[in-house]
Amino acid sequence: MSDKKVRASALDEGRRSGDGRAFVGMPSFPEAAHEAVGDTTLRANLRHATHTIRDKRARAVAELDDWAALREAGKRIKDETLRHLDTHLLRLEAGVTDAGGTVHWAADAAEANRIVADLVRATGETEVVKVKSMATQEIGLNEHLEAEGIAAYETDLAELIVQLGEDRPSHILVPAIHRNRGEIRDIFAEKMGSWGRAAPEGLSDTPAELAEAARLHLREKFLRAKVGISGANFMVAETGTLVVVESEGNGRMCLTLPETLISVVGIEKVVPTWRDLEVFLQTLPRSSTAERMNPYTSMWTGTADEDGPRAFHLVLLDNGRTDALADEVGRQALRCIRCSACLNVCPVYERAGGHAYGSVYPGPIGAILTPQLRGTTSEIDASLPYASSLCGACYEVCPVAIDIPEVLVHLRERVAEEGGKGHRLEKAAIKAASWVLDHPNVLAAGERVASATRKVHPKRLPGPGARQWSDHRDLPELPAEPFRDWWRKNRT
Amino acid sequence: MTDAVSARERILARVRAAVAGAPEAPAVDRDYRTSHTADDPAAVLGLLHENLADYRAHVHRTAPGGLAALVAERLAERGARSVAVPPGLPDAWLAATDAVRRPDEPRLTPYELDGIDAVVTGCALAIAETGTLVLDGGPGQGRRALTLVPDLHVCVVLAPEQVVASVPLALPLLDPGRPLTWISGPSATSDIELDRVEGVHGPRTLEVILVVSR
Ligand code: SF4
Repeated sequence: MSDKKVRASALDEGRRSGDGRAFVGMPSFPEAAHEAVGDTTLRANLRHATHTIRDKRARAVAELDDWAALREAGKRIKDETLRHLDTHLLRLEAGVTDAGGTVHWAADAAEANRIVADLVRATGETEVVKVKSMATQEIGLNEHLEAEGIAAYETDLAELIVQLGEDRPSHILVPAIHRNRGEIRDIFAEKMGSWGRAAPEGLSDTPAELAEAARLHLREKFLRAKVGISGANFMVAETGTLVVVESEGNGRMCLTLPETLISVVGIEKVVPTWRDLEVFLQTLPRSSTAERMNPYTSMWTGTADEDGPRAFHLVLLDNGRTDALADEVGRQALRCIRCSACLNVCPVYERAGGHAYGSVYPGPIGAILTPQLRGTTSEIDASLPYASSLCGACYEVCPVAIDIPEVLVHLRERVAEEGGKGHRLEKAAIKAASWVLDHPNVLAAGERVASATRKVHPKRLPGPGARQWSDHRDLPELPAEPFRDWWRKNRT
Repeated sequence: MTDAVSARERILARVRAAVAGAPEAPAVDRDYRTSHTADDPAAVLGLLHENLADYRAHVHRTAPGGLAALVAERLAERGARSVAVPPGLPDAWLAATDAVRRPDEPRLTPYELDGIDAVVTGCALAIAETGTLVLDGGPGQGRRALTLVPDLHVCVVLAPEQVVASVPLALPLLDPGRPLTWISGPSATSDIELDRVEGVHGPRTLEVILVVSR
């Protein structure tokens, strides 16, 4: 309990300094979603993007006739990992240490930020290059470093767009999915100069020219970088190996050129054996970028003589993960390999946009992960489990078979228990649920999927109230009685 | 340091408490395929060629005797006047090019590498189903920065001995103790309206030469 308090206060602090700038005072889901829905450019960008990726993903997955077996294996590997997480983490620690790396443990965001800032300061450097990492966004590392006088440069093209535009990421894989080429051109032309090499004169809005501008802008930073910061997609306990999967080569730059590398990774990213990668290196690229394989994957174990950084630090991050692990139903969210397939099929995400989820984890995975990592005491976090019609499309595409609808229903009950009738959390929740109901296409899209995937539905009550707010009852047959009608009948 | 120790103990204690009494996870079934491709070297090589090209690598084939001329041709065609040379690269591979050789001994600085047009390397192995080249820093490959900073990478694959069909067949052949780079096509981004653009930070051009010995 005291641990939990420590973490909560650290998070509060994080909100003030770091994650704070991005997400503090976030309106609850429906208000944020309302803005997004009013913005037709954003909606068109999102729709185009999500539909393009989801169709490509389906083709990439169809190439492997053993997909179902790979998915089941991925799920079981992660479940086994979580069941014996202590053993695997200790083994990982030994592997990294034996190979010349140093392992640090951070119970919360404040500890992780402090460790990283101290490590950077010890090098005497005042700037770092970063490869996209959700864990460092989660803890608000950039803002913390900035407060300590250390400039952190994002090097992923989309993260660069977000950083230069003083914006927030809205998609796991394509964080600037809400920006179109014209907006990106304007941001580059206006802002690059104050961060380093300015954009070329007469920059057009063709993606190739924009990518070239980013290449030139970032190259000088890569070449002089002494400290790199990354996350990791996987950590292999058996060998102490870290794996980063990427497309642009900015990851390789950050992992290879600096003298010091610091990787901040959630404790759930460990997998037991080297062989386990054979599953995830098949399912992750196809699920995320819809490719047979992403352009670049880097694997390293500690430090190597004459190749890459001379010092390697791994910061293992808890920050609420052990709370999620303690929840029998909710812990499956820790299987997530952040592929973002669930975002791309979600009718709510498509219409509400990533910012509505009020955290670095948008979409269906965010709706189940954020309330578990941060708790459900704020309006935004309490409303997240209601930002869904429970259509089940996310579960269908998830490469580690996370039953997101099941966890959503479970979390609704938790919110209801914590809130109680008339409580501000109840109001936030009801508003989120009403938002879903007031968007007929969200429901219609959801119901189409639902009739196809009825078997995956949780049997429990889907609406805003669990026991505390309305009579507990089993879920009605969706095709016979759409969620909308069920809600109307039960909302009082 | 006491702080760090206590964070470690605290996290481990929380992990143990969180799963105490939880049922064992079901055993992992590995009943997925080891390979999706017929066990025929020519078919596997054909698939590698096709998948590399599909992700915009430029793929060429030659018998061993034609390698030096083909390397020289690729470098010339791309206008490369200087070429980084990893330790252990067979001299014969560069016998026909007049590009200036820049050996990585002593280590080239990032700025020096940035001024070099191309790099020629071998690889540890290639994976047909995914169109992937894996480099492990062995002889003729060099450290990771060599294949990252110059804008043109010419990679030589010896077939059939370096070609495997699938990811599950590749992993047991690789040593996790070495830094590994898996390369599937030139660097790319789809961050702008999901339009794929080849070539962001890594080499914008990837030329693959399949040396077919039989
Ligand atoms: S929940 Fe599943 S589908 Fe969604 S990002 Fe995570 S692994 Fe991918």
